[in-house]
Amino acid sequence: MEDHKGFWHSKLREASERNSSSKDESLEKWRKNTLEPWEEKTGYKPREFINSSGIEIKDVYTKSDLPEDQEKFLGLPGEYPFTRGVYPNMYRGKEWTMRMFSGFGTPEDTNARLKYLISHGETGLSIAFDMPTLYAYDCDNKRADGEIGKCGVNVSSLKDMEVIFDGIDLSKVTTSMTINAPAAVLTAMYFSIARKQGLSLDKIGGTVQADILKEYIAQKEWIYPPEAHIRIIRDMMIYCTENVPRWNYISISGYHIREAGSSAVQELAFTLADGFYYVEMGKKAGLDVDQFAPRLSFFFNSSINFFEEIAKMRAARRIWATALKEKYGAKSKRAMMLRFHTQTSGYTLTWQQPHINIVRTAFEGLAAVLGGTQSLHTNSYDEAMALPSEEAVKVALRTQQIIAEETGVTDTVDPLAGSYYVEWLTNRIEEEAYRYFDKIESMGGILEAVKSGYIQREIATTSYRRQKRIEEGKEVMVGANKYVESEEKPINILRIPGEAQERQIKRLNEVKATRDGKRVAETLERLRKAMEDPDKNIMPFLIDAVESYATLEEISNVGREVYGGWKEPIII
Amino acid sequence: MAAGKNQSSSKQRPPKILLAKPGIDGHDRGVLVLARAFRDAGMEVLYAGLLPTPEEVIDTAVNEDVDVIAMSLLNGAHLTVFKRVADLMKERGIDDIALVGGGTIPEEDKPALEALGITGNYGPGTPLSTIIEHVRKRAAEAREKKMGQD
Repeated sequence: MEDHKGFWHSKLREASERNSSSKDESLEKWRKNTLEPWEEKTGYKPREFINSSGIEIKDVYTKSDLPEDQEKFLGLPGEYPFTRGVYPNMYRGKEWTMRMFSGFGTPEDTNARLKYLISHGETGLSIAFDMPTLYAYDCDNKRADGEIGKCGVNVSSLKDMEVIFDGIDLSKVTTSMTINAPAAVLTAMYFSIARKQGLSLDKIGGTVQADILKEYIAQKEWIYPPEAHIRIIRDMMIYCTENVPRWNYISISGYHIREAGSSAVQELAFTLADGFYYVEMGKKAGLDVDQFAPRLSFFFNSSINFFEEIAKMRAARRIWATALKEKYGAKSKRAMMLRFHTQTSGYTLTWQQPHINIVRTAFEGLAAVLGGTQSLHTNSYDEAMALPSEEAVKVALRTQQIIAEETGVTDTVDPLAGSYYVEWLTNRIEEEAYRYFDKIESMGGILEAVKSGYIQREIATTSYRRQKRIEEGKEVMVGANKYVESEEKPINILRIPGEAQERQIKRLNEVKATRDGKRVAETLERLRKAMEDPDKNIMPFLIDAVESYATLEEISNVGREVYGGWKEPIII
Repeated sequence: MAAGKNQSSSKQRPPKILLAKPGIDGHDRGVLVLARAFRDAGMEVLYAGLLPTPEEVIDTAVNEDVDVIAMSLLNGAHLTVFKRVADLMKERGIDDIALVGGGTIPEEDKPALEALGITGNYGPGTPLSTIIEHVRKRAAEAREKKMGQD
């Protein structure tokens, strides 16, 4: 099934045929008799209307812009191909989850924040890690100086995770950890804490991002070459499918691809292509697609071009369902459903006149809801400058509550369905994504396309083009290149205290002084052997190593020795 | 004389810029845009790639004889990491390479960076033309110093 050669090529051909609009005589007449005289009378100067994906937008859309069998590509909510939403009643049944991502400073700071959230009824915890943790450097590494606790909490050993979850019953919460390259190590630590709490692993649930392909594409936080990370994710996938059925081991992320400068179509195409790779990986590992595909979820960006974002999300569901059913042979509905988290765009925020970012975020959040998201993080107005202050986070959360409870957009499912423009745009974005899949397929797959730098260069080119358009005033960023104010009033921003670093290093030294050094060496040696043997699953060895209090960096250094590092191809 | 010859040839040479992210930070959208923008503005551009140490950045800058090191960080560590680059340059007695910064840098951090000789410190949304003009000015100053030493 995987070698369905030319699958995307034929999908592309079908879509282009379907989307070539038929001639509409009444529209031709309207142009001649109504539009043109009006434009002449009002002195209309032709200008360009294109979206982030370079798709040209026409003056008006009619039925003739849609294929005759359009309905077939929509279905009804909760039914294949899920264009109108994955659940039958969507937000009438249950609002999306308002999941605000947080984490900073020391494990103690994060533990206090988690307990505060739990006491206010939150059960879905979400944790951000600092840069040294994301790159698997311990807090005492020289390279980590000045970075401890800055972008999230620092974890150097199991001890830190014990502090983060101290007094929190893991059977009563689910935890989302935004971690990629060292995801398997952090997962092992989480499992180990569950075991210490006397819980069997089928009692706990949570998510790690672990989408390593998008790291090479966009976020650029890797430790080893792609193949090594992919093998580790495969091991985690197999281990969790067998032992931790409620663990979502990959959140396939377009967010970072978009933030790195891609268009909406590129975000969609590259993210789904990553997703297809993980499906093929699971199948190759001998897992049943109906069993593991429901554990894959997505993470998209909602940027500022309103209808383009909505169309992108609707197209995403349709493409995923089609591929899972037709290409990968899924039988269960659950395996075909694309469920996703959304975050509003950080890139569209300006440091100038920061309060206007509240308005941008509101529109972007609204687009995510009209696009049918399952959970949403709305950015805070001060995030072009720093991590958000409490006041700014509150405004961002309230924005979601206004969308949910005041605007009435949740009263009916997929309210934009049937809009000529939205359906046309959904079809067009789908077709453009197929064009990329066809290209990637012809290059030998997404991994090859990433290793050659093709994907990264596509994004860099789009990003530079957009920046030049902003420079030339062809695209407006209010406050930054238009309606600029000569003086900016400073706002209060969050500062991370410096003592986080000292406290972390002190704890790490204590861990190293009190652990059983012989046991550490033994578990690391066994881990090395497992890493060298591609037929072994490294997860049990990772769990042993973290439980011996081997540090994140020590564990990752074994991998660094076995697999080596990675230098990205030249992009510029 | 030899010095005179050097002077004219290095006057004709376009400004040479090393772009670098000297910290643990993969946010490279800005730095990749700047690389193309500087190149389009007629400068010679080198990119230090991801995750270089401050020492590696300075070694490259010296070996390549650049005029400006343009540093970008979006992880909040600019006060520590930019400072380490500035301190190392001072230790090694390098004063003919200008330091320019950029990224998510709060207004209130700018005076401290300026005091270290790190100028610009532009945030997201700064027009490319502003950055190019500043880098060109700093490159010319560095070039003056280089010629003074010849």
